[in-house]
Amino acid sequence: MIIAEAKPLAEVAGLINDAQKILVVGCGGCVTVCLAGGEKETGILAAALRMLRKKEGNPLETVEVTLTRQCDPEYVDMLAKYVTDDIDAIVSLACGVGVQFLAERYPKWVVPALNTKFAGATIEHGVWEERCGLCGECILHKTGGICPVIRCSKSILNGPCGGSQNGKCEVNPETPCAWQLIYDRLKTLGKLDLLLEIQPPKDWSKSRDGGPRKVVREDVRLA
Amino acid sequence: MQDFEPKIVAFCCYYCAYSAADLAGSLRLQYPANIRVIEMPCSGKTDVRVLLEAFEKGADGVYVLGCMEGDCHFLKGNYRAKRRVKQAKKILDEIGIGGERLEMYNLSAAMGPRFAEIAQEFTERIKKLGPSPLNKNYPPPPKEGEGHKGNSTKAGEGE
Repeated sequence: MIIAEAKPLAEVAGLINDAQKILVVGCGGCVTVCLAGGEKETGILAAALRMLRKKEGNPLETVEVTLTRQCDPEYVDMLAKYVTDDIDAIVSLACGVGVQFLAERYPKWVVPALNTKFAGATIEHGVWEERCGLCGECILHKTGGICPVIRCSKSILNGPCGGSQNGKCEVNPETPCAWQLIYDRLKTLGKLDLLLEIQPPKDWSKSRDGGPRKVVREDVRLA
Repeated sequence: MQDFEPKIVAFCCYYCAYSAADLAGSLRLQYPANIRVIEMPCSGKTDVRVLLEAFEKGADGVYVLGCMEGDCHFLKGNYRAKRRVKQAKKILDEIGIGGERLEMYNLSAAMGPRFAEIAQEFTERIKKLGPSPLNKNYPPPPKEGEGHKGNSTKAGEGE
């Protein structure tokens, strides 16, 4: 899922300085799971903004709504009844996709309340870690299910590098060496021979190249 | 600030502080009447949103009372409460209300006198800090050496 974290309160408050009434929109998707932008966090941010403004003698009115997801037009449409003329700004507690979707759909000043960080997973409650580099061409079958693109600090495809020490990365000694993990995993699986195959340079044109990527599934399209 | 009577909300764990409050009552211990006690099934029920709401609704100070560390009926509730209080303090600092208006204390059900002592201690702290910046109907704290004129309006009621 997408992992995000809250922007500092002062930064969000600064973005809506001129607004008298705002719509604070949470997202029930990934950011709820990573406790950054769900219903509760929406309530906390709205309360904090109201109190900050009340303290400054410039009261702020808030309307709080949490959509099931902000990355689907059907849910974003459901916000229409809350986007009234008196709403001066919309504060979105979603990843950057949600913020862009709201901005595309509604003619209002839309500001992000979160910083979108990475595609990751919950390691334990309150700890999230990056697991996928969104490179566009998965090679996990060659590496025992451990991604060297994102988990190796140098993203090397034929590792480990010379800096691996006692199974840890030289860039950060708290980071396990991805290639050590790959070796251990393949050894357990009895597939060490996979490492003998030299991986050619990766085709990065499928990653961040050529503008926004698009996935089209003709079989499920409605039109 | 002799005439400032703060509104203080105390979120009390059923297994310790709430019983300690009962004991304080049975012992006829005196403690400030500023405390509004709210019973909780465990201090682990503490929610940042609720703590903020207390301030928004007019509290000048809020504290959470949980069991002694290691003695939580639900094992880790008080540790969780402590972390949430810390987070709420951070938010209060960011807002400018001041994290020192929020505190977490630990006590056991047998500590009736400690309950009264905490109430006294915290009330004094808030009296010293003055009204919450959100309760503007109170005049600002007087400068040193100046007297303070009374105000009959209670903190937190209206603008």
